Amino acid sequence: MSTTKKLVLVGNGMAGIRTIEHILKLAPHAYEITVFGAEPHPNYNRIMLSSVLAGGTSIEDIVINEWSWYEDNGIRVYPGDPVIRIDAERKEVVSQAGVRASYDELILATGSQAFILPIPGADKEGVIGFRDIKDCETMMAASHKYRKAAVIGGGLLGLEAARGLLNLGMDVTVIHINGHLMDRNLDLPAGLMLQRELEEQGMKFLLKKHTEEITGKHRVKSLRFTDQTVLETDLVVMAVGIRPQVELARQAGLNVNRGVIVDDYMNTSIPGISAVGECAEHRGIAYGLVAPLYEQGMVLAKRLAGAATEGYEGSVTSTKLKVSGVDVFSAGQFKDAADTRSIRIQDDVDGVYKKMVLKDGQLIGAVLFGDTTDGASLFSLIKSGENIGGREKEILLGVSAGGSGSGPSAAERMAAMPDDEIVCGCNGVTKAAIGDAVLNKGCNTLGAIKSCTKASASCGGCKPIVESLLVHYAGDAIGEQVKEGICGCTSYDRDEIVAQIKEMGLKTVKEVMNVLGWNEPEGCSKCRPSLNYYLGMIWPAEYEDERVSKFTNERYHANIQKDGTYSVIPRIYGGVTSPAELIKIATVAEKYDVPMVKFTGGQRLDLLGVQKENLPKIWEELDMPSGFGYGKALRTVKTCVGNTFCRFGTQDSIEMGIRLEKKLDKMVAPAKVKLAVSGCPRNCAEATIKDLGVVAIDGAWELHVGGNGGVKVRAAELLCTVKTDAEVEEWTYAYLQYYRENARWNERTAAWIERVGLDHVKKALEDREERLALVERLELTLGRTVDPWKEIIEDEKLRKNFTPLAGTQPAAH
Amino acid sequence: MNRLRIGHLADIDEKGARTFTVLDTEIAVFKLSDGTLHAVENRCPHKGGRLSEGMVCGTAVHCPLHDWKIDLRSGKVHEPDDGCLNTYKTEVDDHSGEIYITIAG
Repeated sequence: MSTTKKLVLVGNGMAGIRTIEHILKLAPHAYEITVFGAEPHPNYNRIMLSSVLAGGTSIEDIVINEWSWYEDNGIRVYPGDPVIRIDAERKEVVSQAGVRASYDELILATGSQAFILPIPGADKEGVIGFRDIKDCETMMAASHKYRKAAVIGGGLLGLEAARGLLNLGMDVTVIHINGHLMDRNLDLPAGLMLQRELEEQGMKFLLKKHTEEITGKHRVKSLRFTDQTVLETDLVVMAVGIRPQVELARQAGLNVNRGVIVDDYMNTSIPGISAVGECAEHRGIAYGLVAPLYEQGMVLAKRLAGAATEGYEGSVTSTKLKVSGVDVFSAGQFKDAADTRSIRIQDDVDGVYKKMVLKDGQLIGAVLFGDTTDGASLFSLIKSGENIGGREKEILLGVSAGGSGSGPSAAERMAAMPDDEIVCGCNGVTKAAIGDAVLNKGCNTLGAIKSCTKASASCGGCKPIVESLLVHYAGDAIGEQVKEGICGCTSYDRDEIVAQIKEMGLKTVKEVMNVLGWNEPEGCSKCRPSLNYYLGMIWPAEYEDERVSKFTNERYHANIQKDGTYSVIPRIYGGVTSPAELIKIATVAEKYDVPMVKFTGGQRLDLLGVQKENLPKIWEELDMPSGFGYGKALRTVKTCVGNTFCRFGTQDSIEMGIRLEKKLDKMVAPAKVKLAVSGCPRNCAEATIKDLGVVAIDGAWELHVGGNGGVKVRAAELLCTVKTDAEVEEWTYAYLQYYRENARWNERTAAWIERVGLDHVKKALEDREERLALVERLELTLGRTVDPWKEIIEDEKLRKNFTPLAGTQPAAH
Repeated sequence: MNRLRIGHLADIDEKGARTFTVLDTEIAVFKLSDGTLHAVENRCPHKGGRLSEGMVCGTAVHCPLHDWKIDLRSGKVHEPDDGCLNTYKTEVDDHSGEIYITIAG
């Protein structure tokens, strides 16, 4: 019996933990593992940080391994405690907090840090890199207090940071020393097209500028450039490159150049110490992309697990710009040289650019802009190194997954791909894992592979390869060709489903699923609530709302909290209440020991931390409408004081807000709907970031639509200006009904308007008869809705579900 | 004491669940659309979400907190997530409609 050896990993990031994951798979009991990490978080997906910044993704979403993973695998972990010394002689490391850990094998995976330009003022407050969760949090916090941001560096990372800051509502200027953006990845034409596109999104650029000094007393105030021009700013993000973090290795006496020097098996210059990832330098290259790091981790894991492996031979890398709205891809050597020939297409009208660089009949590099669907296929051609002589044009004009031309087809390329090649870089899914999903786990569609392995579930860049692999493995057994419907249960999209419900007169969720051939007999948590909504929207008079197809919040008319308690929000129309109402709410809150009473952002009171069994009693005693507080329904109508008291008010915004809320208070919709009414153009009710905002001007009302103040801030657009109160109502109801009838389930008005365009909505509402017909359909629906809370109080059958089973008794055998 | 009478068939709605607690463990009993009953520990292995509040689809329930999908027959978490929870044997008296459950053993 061999004794268990000790393995210490310094660095809790993607490369190091990926290595550990492989070791655990290959030799689960070979090592007693200890991990030190400088950051206080569990291992997370750093490449998704830009998505967190861009909105829509939370920090929790990008955690790769939760703390329980470490525990389940017996790994001792010291988060927030970096190693400060390695004693190679005694084979021991010492952490900042004084923890000593001896090792038989030590892995250095300390990664890299943002390179901060050594210019005067770089140490001022408000100057940061874009590297970790903390930087992300700093940027988010800054966006609440400040308006102007400068990003130094017009490379991939800089543009991702800039896009995120733009989404946070900041005024962003990108400063770049070169004459075109992303010059390390793109040639001039593609760089210029990228710039044009980003400028349209509101990004500003200062090119060929060298920053000389950052000024400001304490916090950054402005940037001064070598040409003596000045840019005022409140935040500076340095994204000029990364630098391998090697101080620890250097002190330990390891050979260090730019990174820690390693051989093809990730050995450093001292036996027993390996290095992997961004801190390592292999054959002169320190990589900063995830795919090479994973390849290195695989080789190292195999060596440490005692499995046979070929050495790491370096990687050809590719880049895909992940930020929203821009498709850019580049791979290999994309610049022209004396011994290369290139072939390119430039279409400024549609904003498409494609370039392939060839050498001796082989594809050695490519740049794609505007349409990157061929990126993955081109990348695999570059890596395979096969001769494409005679097929260049066919390939550039569209690589078909089926491989219709002569020479090696896509199928042959898929067959030749090594099993351990990472196909999905975001989630680290190998070719072998996809093969296993298809051959052994019955996955025969892209959707099934996605939900089984998470391949192509993040940025989606590898989708073409995953599809080709599906063809490769499944052959004739391939499922219905990968058209994605509203969820994995169907290939029909929203419009097809709505059309079929109307045409065939389908009246229940079950009927829709049966007739349209759902894969899952009872659907899933995505399609069930959407079908329930579509049916209710189409057949308002006949359809009986299906409780069991609703999400918890709507089934119990209260929001489920993380600890299993709920919250209750009584309606306070237009934000106006009375002493008697306040006393009632306070009395109930006291009686039921409500742990927290909080004003919501929409001028209401939220009773938080309520036990489920108390909900019906609280509703009953409040005797105020209390549903829809968290539903996909009308939330609040926020108002300002208006001309009732305000010296600037031109119209009665309170009265208008209350009128709209009373009319719409039971309206359900594809997603939550928030309204606001402001009494003058000062817009104190913030009506221009609402789904529909009404702003009074002198003698008229403006209706703004499609705004959002949530994760992705969007200013509303002006729908129309009307004279009378009656017109405000007519347009409001018509607009909301049009949204109810046309948006996809879960699609906020802001996203919907961006998809269909304001002009489309204006056109749909311009005819008065059409507007009145929409209003009539909304009224028909509203006339049939009930107060859900009242129904529950009165119906014992519904009420029983709020209490645990009573009278559990031991039974004789 | 390992066999308990917990209630009556009529106490639980189809595609619904009711709960009870034995020795600090909260258990949820689900009634599927085929009428069968399944009892599981009322804690999602992910973040402890109360599964009794989730949506029942076929033989699985979706956790109300983060939409993990759990098979109610085996207690196993569906891929791509991973985990398992305790399940308990349930029986129904055909005549009286009383539900019995067996804890541990």
